[in-house]
Amino acid sequence: MPGKLKVKIVAGRHLPVMDRASDLTDAFVEVKFGNTTFKTDVYLKSLNPQWNSEWFKFEVDDEDLQDEPLQITVLDHDTYSANDAIGKVYIDIDPLLYSEAATVISGWFPIYDTIHGIRGEINVVVKVDLFNDLNRFRQSSCGVKFFCTTSIPKCYRAVIIHGFVEELVVNEDPEYQWIDRIRTPRASNEARQRLISLMSGELQRKIGLKVLEMRGNAVVGYLQCFDLEGESGLVVRAIGTACTLDKLSSPAAFLPACNSPSKEMKESPLVHPPSHGCRSTHNSPIHTATGSRLTQNFSVSVPTLIYTGMGSGSAGKEGGPFKALLRQQTQSALEQREFPFFTLTAFPPGFLVHVGGVVSARSVKLLDRIHNPDEPETRDAWWAEIRQEIKSHAKALGCHAVVGYSESTSICEEVCILSASGTAAVLNPRFLQDGTVEGCLEQRLEENLPAGCGFCHIPYDELNMPFPAHLTYCYNCRKQKVPDVLFTTIDLPMDAAVIGKGCLIQARLCRLKKKAQAEANATAISNLLPFMEYEVHTQLMNKLKLKGMNALFGLRIQISVGENMLMGLASATGVYLAALPTPGGIQIAGKTPNDGSYEQHISHMQKKINDTIAKNKELYEINPPEISEEIIGSPIPEPRQRSRLLRSQSESSDEVTELDLSHGKKDAFVLEIDDTDAMEDVHSLLTDVPPPSGFYSCNTEIMPGINNWTSEIQMFTSVRVIRLSSLNLTNQALNKNFNDLCENLLKSLYFKLRSMIPCCLCHVNFTVSLPEDELIQVTVTAVAITFDKNQALQTTKTHAEKSLQRASTDNEELLQFPLELCSDALPSHPFPPAKEHLESASSNSGIPAAQRATSVDYSSFADRCSSWIELIKLKAQTIRRGSIKTTVTVEKASPVGEGNFRNRSSPPCANSTVGVVKMTPLSFIPGAKITKYLGIINMFFIRETTSLREEGGVSGFLHAFIAEVFAMVRAHVAALGGNAVVSYIMKQCVFMENPNKNQAQCLINVSGDAVVFVRESELEVVSTQQPAANCQPSCTGGEVTT
Amino acid sequence: MTSELDIFVGNTTLIDEDVYRLWLDGYSGLWGTVCGCRFGGAVVLDGRAGRARMSDAVALRVRSGILEQTGATAAVLQSDTMDHYRTFQMLERLLHAPPKLLHQLIFQIPPSRQALLIERYYAFDEAFVREVLGKKLSKGTKKDLDDISTKTGITLKSCRRQFDNFKRVFKVVEEMRGSLVDNIQQHFLLSDRLARDYAAIVFFANNRFETGKKKLQYLSFGDFAFCAELMIQNWTLGAVDPQADDMDMDLDKEFLQDLKELKVLVADKDLLDLHKSLVCTALRGKLGVFSEMEANFKNLSRGLVNVAAKLTHNKDVRDLFVDLVEKFVEPCRSDHWPLNDVRLFLNQYSASVHSLDGFRHQALWDRYMGTLRGCLLRLCHD
Repeated sequence: MPGKLKVKIVAGRHLPVMDRASDLTDAFVEVKFGNTTFKTDVYLKSLNPQWNSEWFKFEVDDEDLQDEPLQITVLDHDTYSANDAIGKVYIDIDPLLYSEAATVISGWFPIYDTIHGIRGEINVVVKVDLFNDLNRFRQSSCGVKFFCTTSIPKCYRAVIIHGFVEELVVNEDPEYQWIDRIRTPRASNEARQRLISLMSGELQRKIGLKVLEMRGNAVVGYLQCFDLEGESGLVVRAIGTACTLDKLSSPAAFLPACNSPSKEMKESPLVHPPSHGCRSTHNSPIHTATGSRLTQNFSVSVPTLIYTGMGSGSAGKEGGPFKALLRQQTQSALEQREFPFFTLTAFPPGFLVHVGGVVSARSVKLLDRIHNPDEPETRDAWWAEIRQEIKSHAKALGCHAVVGYSESTSICEEVCILSASGTAAVLNPRFLQDGTVEGCLEQRLEENLPAGCGFCHIPYDELNMPFPAHLTYCYNCRKQKVPDVLFTTIDLPMDAAVIGKGCLIQARLCRLKKKAQAEANATAISNLLPFMEYEVHTQLMNKLKLKGMNALFGLRIQISVGENMLMGLASATGVYLAALPTPGGIQIAGKTPNDGSYEQHISHMQKKINDTIAKNKELYEINPPEISEEIIGSPIPEPRQRSRLLRSQSESSDEVTELDLSHGKKDAFVLEIDDTDAMEDVHSLLTDVPPPSGFYSCNTEIMPGINNWTSEIQMFTSVRVIRLSSLNLTNQALNKNFNDLCENLLKSLYFKLRSMIPCCLCHVNFTVSLPEDELIQVTVTAVAITFDKNQALQTTKTHAEKSLQRASTDNEELLQFPLELCSDALPSHPFPPAKEHLESASSNSGIPAAQRATSVDYSSFADRCSSWIELIKLKAQTIRRGSIKTTVTVEKASPVGEGNFRNRSSPPCANSTVGVVKMTPLSFIPGAKITKYLGIINMFFIRETTSLREEGGVSGFLHAFIAEVFAMVRAHVAALGGNAVVSYIMKQCVFMENPNKNQAQCLINVSGDAVVFVRESELEVVSTQQPAANCQPSCTGGEVTT
Repeated sequence: MTSELDIFVGNTTLIDEDVYRLWLDGYSGLWGTVCGCRFGGAVVLDGRAGRARMSDAVALRVRSGILEQTGATAAVLQSDTMDHYRTFQMLERLLHAPPKLLHQLIFQIPPSRQALLIERYYAFDEAFVREVLGKKLSKGTKKDLDDISTKTGITLKSCRRQFDNFKRVFKVVEEMRGSLVDNIQQHFLLSDRLARDYAAIVFFANNRFETGKKKLQYLSFGDFAFCAELMIQNWTLGAVDPQADDMDMDLDKEFLQDLKELKVLVADKDLLDLHKSLVCTALRGKLGVFSEMEANFKNLSRGLVNVAAKLTHNKDVRDLFVDLVEKFVEPCRSDHWPLNDVRLFLNQYSASVHSLDGFRHQALWDRYMGTLRGCLLRLCHD
C-alpha cells in the first residue's frame, strides 16, 4: 500500500537574526523524507519569510511512511561559506495513516535546535494519499490505531480485547559511536533524535503487524520506553493491549429511553461516516452477538477474549460452582496465550471479576554490547523470563490474567534492573455466554445488587491459599470471602463502593551500596533488592493503616540504581473499600519493658499514632457504617498483616529466590521499637504531613469520593535534584534526605497551586533517578483539577446518592449519575429533611452557628433548586445529542467546517492567535466530551548547552527546555486539529550536567493522545447553531448529511 | 543536602501578581544578596520557617504574611519565587515587543494575563518619570540612573527597565506616521491610559521640555501629560496634516513662526488698552481678585504673548513650562487667585481678542490660546 506524501512550506516567523550585519536572515527550507530531499527558494532578508512553496511530493512505501519522520530543516543561506542551520522540525505522519484520525497536519511548528532551543516558527501543511492494496505479505500496519490511554478510549467501544502485544528494537547509540567524538554536539544530538524517531516508528509498525495478526485494529495502553544502555546500545521497547475497537454509535430514537448507566455507556453523540479503513462495524448494541459468533469461528491459534462492552454485575454473586465453572472456561481461553497480560488500568463494567493482588518481578542484568541489532534476542529473552515469572505468580494467586501491567528499567553503568508489575485478576469469560445473558445482567444492575464488591472477593482457594492471609466475609454482600487488605496497580473500578475520600500514599527508601564492578555489583544489588521490597511494603502497609484505609490502587514501585545506592519509591492511592474489613490500628511495643521513662515514651508515641489515625479518618471522611457481628456471620478478626505481594528476584545466573513478604504468624500491626532504626521509622511515619485543607492528591485517574469536577485544569512538571553531602552517609540520613525531598516537593506544589483550591492533584507521578554519585533527581508530573466544594455530596447515605459516590473514570458517567439521581431519587424525596440541610450547610460554610440556624434553610433550598435545574439542563442536553451528530458530520465533511467548529467552541480570545491546548495525564477532560482521537503523540528531544551559566544555570536550562517541550507538543496537537492531549506522560527526563565545563544535556521523551474535545456547556450551543451552519453551503462543502 | 535544581513548569504558565511586582520593582530573587551572605550565609527566621537564606524578594514576601496565611515554609517561598523569576526573565525578551508575546508558542498564558503582564511591565513610577521627563533618552541620561535611584529610592534595576521602556517606545514610534497614541497602542498593546502617558513621555523627550527646575517641582507627571496631549492635538504637524511624518512628535514649525505675529497685542499700546478694557468690563463684579487682575493685566498679557513670540527658538521651546509658571502661574499665586477666577479670566482674555477689530490673526490666536488656556488652568495649583 504505497502512498503519496505531500508537503507545503508556507511561511516562517520570529526567525533568529543570522546575519549580524543586516540584522536579518536569508532563510530557506529543506524538506526530507527517507532519502528524498526538496528545497524551497531562499527568501532574502526577512525574519518572517513567506515561502509559499509548491507541494513537495514524496512517493513512498507505507512501510517507510510508518517508520520515517518527516524532517524539515530551516537554514540560513550563505553565499560564501556553508549554510547555517537554524533548526529542525520532526513531524510524525502516523496520525494521517488511519482514516478516522487527522486528515491534514497544518499549523505553526516551533523550529527547534538542540543547542539553541526554539528559534522561531514555521508554517507547514502535510497530507497523505494512501493507495489500497491487499498485499498479504505486507510489512506495514497502516490503519492500526494507537492509544496511550490505559482504558477503552471514550468514543469507542471494545468489541474484543485480544491481549498483550510487545516488541523491542535495538540499535547502536550514536552518542557512543567513535565518530561522535569528532562530530559536533549538534550533529550527534540530531543523529540521536533522528534514530530514536525512526526506531519508534519501526517499533510501532511492528506492534501494528502483531495486532493485525491477532485481527485487532487498535492498541490501547501503548507504552513505549527507551533504555539508554550507553556503550551497549539503545533499546526501544513497547507494550500494549491489542483490541478491536468500534466507533460508538446508536440510533437517535434510542436516546431518551436511556437511564441506566450501562446503557448510556454505549450511546455516543458521534456519528462518523463509515470509514474505509474499518473492518467491522456494529451500529447497535443488539448486534454484539454477531461479534461473538465471528470470533467463535476464529482459528484457535490466536486465542481471543471477547468483551461485549456492556453489562455489569459480578460473578461473585453466583454460587461457588458457577464461579469455578467460569474460571475454568476463562482459564482455558487465556492459558492458550503466552502472556495473558493487559496494560489497561480501567475496565468496562463487568470485565474485571476478581482481583488477586499485585504481582511483580525484578531481575538484575549485566549489559553487554548488542552484537546484532537485527536479532535482539538477549533483550527479548530477558523480558520473556520476567513475564513468565509474573504469569506464574498470577497463577499462584488463582488468577489467569494480569491487568494494569507495566514494565520498566533502571540502568547504572553496565548494571540494569528490569522490573515488571501488574495485578493478578480473574476476568469475565463473557464470550462463552450468548446475547441473552446481557439482558438479565442489565436487569440485575438495575436492582443494584452486586454494588461493586465482586472484584474484592478472593480468586484463590480458601483452603489452599498461596500465602497466609486473613479472610472475612465481604462486608458488602456477606456472601464471599475478602482479604483484609488489597493492593492493586489498576485504577479504582467504576462501580467500587468506597467510603470517604482517597489519598496519595508513598513509601520512600534509600539503601547504600558499595561501589563495585560488573558481576560483584549485580550480586550486591540483587542481594539488596529483597530487603528493599520488604521495607517498601512495610512502609506502605503502615502508612495505609495510619490513614485508616484498607486498599491501595495504582501502586507503582520504582527501584532505581545508582553508583553507591539504591532508591525505592512506591506511590499509590489509598482508599477505604466498603467491602473490606475496617483496618485495625498500629501498636507499638518496646523491647525493654522495665525502663519506666522508655515505657512512657512508648505510650506517648502510641497516643500520637492513635491521634493521627483518628484525625486522618476525619480528614478523609472515613466513617463506615457500624456492623453488628451477628450480621457479618464471623467475628471481626484481629487484623494481621500479610502480604498481597508476591515477587522474586532473579539474577543473571537464573538463581531464583522466592521472597515471602508476609510476616507469617507474627502480629504485624505491632511495631517493635528495638533499635534507633525502628524509632526512625515510626517517626518518619508521623512526619508525613497531610495536604493543606482544600487539597487532595492521588496517583490514580480520579479521586475516590470527588466527582463534581469543574473545568479548570493545570498540568505541570516539577523537577528537583539534590546533592547529598558525601560525608559519612548513613542509611538513616539518606532516608531522611529523600523523604524531605519528596515532602518538600509536595509542599511546594500545594503552595504553587493554592489559587486553585479546592482542588485535587490527580495522577501524581513521581520518578526518581540517580544521575550521579551524590545526586538524587525527582521528577513529578501531575494535573491539578478544581472541584466544586459546595456541591460535594459527601456524607450521603441514601441508596441513590450512594451511586454518586462510586468512583468514575468516565466523564460520561459524571453526566449519567445525576440523571439516575433525578429519575429515581429526587421524586421520592424532593426536599430532604431540613436536618440534613443543616448538616451539609454547616460542614460547608464557616458561618457561626447562630447565624447558620436562620440562614441555612433558605440557602440550601436554593442550592437544591439550582442543582435540580441543572439536572434538568443536563437531561435536556442528553436528549439534544441527536442533533449534535449532524454537526460532527459537517465537521468531517470539510476542513473548513472543522475549523469553524473549533473556533466556535474555543473561548473567544480577543487578539490572541494561539489556540489553547490543554494537557493532562488523565484520559478525560473534566466538563468536556472528547469527540475525536487524532492520533498518538510520541516525541523525543535532546537539548544541550555549552553556556550553562548564561542560560540561568541548571534550573534556567531545564525550565526553558521543559517549557519548550510543552510548546512543541501543543503545536503538534494544534496542527493535527486538536485542542488537548490526554494520557500525557513524560516517560523520561534524563538530565546530565558538567558545571565545570559550563555544560549540560537533557533528554526528554513524552507521549499522549491528541484529541478534540467540546465543552459540555457548548454542546448545547453547537446544536442550536446547527441550522445556521446548514444554511452555509460554502462551509459544509455540499456534503451535509442529516 | 543542597538543592541543585528546582523547577516547576505548568502547561498554563503560572503568574503570581505579587511576585511579578517584586520582580518589576527590581528586588533580587537570588540567594542572599543582601541578607544572606553578609551574616555568614544564614538568617534565622521564626522557629517554623527554620534556618534559611533569603533573597530580598523572599524576605518581602515573608513580611507580607504569606507564610502565616498558607502555612508554607521560607524554603517553599524561595523555590516559588525563583520559579517565577525565571519565568519573568524568559518572558522579558517577549515583553520588549508585546505582539510577540501574543504569537509565541512557548508560554501558554490566558489573554487577560498577557494584558496584565504587558501593562505592568510598561507601567512606571511617578517619581521616576518626573526625573527623566523631557530629558534626552540617551546613554548620558542612562548614566544618571544611579543618582535617580538613590534620590527616588527606586531600585536601579527598576529604573533601568523604566528608562529602557521609554527609550524603546520612543525608537519604535519615532519615525512613524499617524497618531502617536494609536501607534504606541498598536506596537505595545498598552491600555488607552498608558498609551497616552507614553505619548506624553515621547513628546516631552522629543521636544526636550524642561521639567526639572525647582519651580516646576510642584507639578506632577499628570499635569505635564495633560499639557502634552493638548499640545499634540493642536500644536503639532499632525494637527493640520494627518499624513505628515513625525506628525505628533514635532511642533508645527510654521505655526511657531507665525506666533510672532501675536506680538502686536502687547506692542500696540491701543490694542493692549482696548483688550484690557474689554476684559475688565466683562469681568467687573465677577472676579474676587478683580483689582489685582486689573493692576496686573498688562504684565500677564505681555508674559503670555511674549512666551508665544519666543517659541521660534528651540531653547525657548524647552523653557516653555518654566516661562508659563514664571510669567503667569506665579503672579496669580502671589495674589491668591482662586482657580475659578483664573478660568474666568483666561476665558475672557482669549475671547475678547475676537472683538479687537485691528487684530487679524484670530485663528492663530485661537490655536495658541486654546491650548495654552487648558495648560495654564492645569498648571495653576499648589
